[in-house]
Amino acid sequence: MRRVAQIAATFALAFLVYLVLTIPSGPLGLWSLDELLAGAVISFLVALVSYRLLWERGGGRLLQPWRWVLFLVYLLGPFFLAMAKANLDVAYRVITGRIRPGIVRFNPGLRTDAGRTFLANSITLTPGTLTLEVDEATGDFYVHWINVRNVDPTPEEVCGPFPKWAKVVAE
Amino acid sequence: MIVELSFGVAAAVLLAYALVCAIRLGIGPTAADRAVALDTINTLVVAIMVLVGAAFDLMIILDVALVYALLSFVGTLYIARYLEEGLK
Amino acid sequence: MSALIYAFLAIGAVFNGLGAVALLRFPDVYTRIHGATKCTTFGSIFSILAVVVHGAVRGGGDGIGMVIRAALALVFLLLTNPTGSHALARAAHRAGIKPFQAVVDRLEERK
Repeated sequence: MRRVAQIAATFALAFLVYLVLTIPSGPLGLWSLDELLAGAVISFLVALVSYRLLWERGGGRLLQPWRWVLFLVYLLGPFFLAMAKANLDVAYRVITGRIRPGIVRFNPGLRTDAGRTFLANSITLTPGTLTLEVDEATGDFYVHWINVRNVDPTPEEVCGPFPKWAKVVAE
Repeated sequence: MIVELSFGVAAAVLLAYALVCAIRLGIGPTAADRAVALDTINTLVVAIMVLVGAAFDLMIILDVALVYALLSFVGTLYIARYLEEGLK
Repeated sequence: MSALIYAFLAIGAVFNGLGAVALLRFPDVYTRIHGATKCTTFGSIFSILAVVVHGAVRGGGDGIGMVIRAALALVFLLLTNPTGSHALARAAHRAGIKPFQAVVDRLEERK
């Protein structure tokens, strides 16, 4: 029963995406019958294949709407600023060639897949850091740091406030 | 229209960058360097396709760009898996 | 509004160029991934944002279609680019490529 509900929810999501993508094929807001049938069949197949990926290990929590609002706030605020800073940092290092690279380890204390993915992607796009490996069992992050200031850093030294954001938004 | 022309110019500039990345694709000492260059070119090609679609007002190219973005991501993952096996 | 479009296109061109230069200039594969991923993601986001603004200004069925597709392409790039570069970096490390002049390598010590 639970599985049927999960497949149905995945089907609804996939169908919604299909409808949004095909709006401009006709007059605004009108879909032809062929389009609807094709979309329904394709969405059903997609739901059968991928519902496990969506709901396994607490992934369904990502559908709560307040997380989306927080995510938008995060994207437009701290994340965007960090990305701009990261690009200027790369420009500085390309011109001066001043690098002190190394691979450091730290543990931000995240438990879910979604939270870890969120933090790993944020780290890769923000100044001077690149996620190499995440230990699935212990939650250790191995990060290539282009300018090592401390061989055994705390999470805050490497990526500032991002672990807290990851906890709030995705966990 | 001047705006469409500017999209075309921007696409041409990005194409020049993609050719610069192709230098790394050719000389890159290790296979991983070549894979990184290819990944960068893929990103640029998606941006170029979106710009060209806007410049010539062809909606179909935007659809192609979407599919290309997803397929190139899958391709990158497969190349990475292939590199991990130790084949250099 | 067209001033905004030109500004976005210019920012996109500058940062994409920076990514291409970083790919050529940096000494090893990890630093190249740094430069290439950050700069081309940021630059491409601005190039695509210019198209989003263009579609929004034009309006109508075609304009809205352009906005939806360009915005989706933007989201895909933002989600897939760091993941792909992370996979490549991990593969490079497992294939035995040492980071250039590394002061510390905790991942090597783990094995």
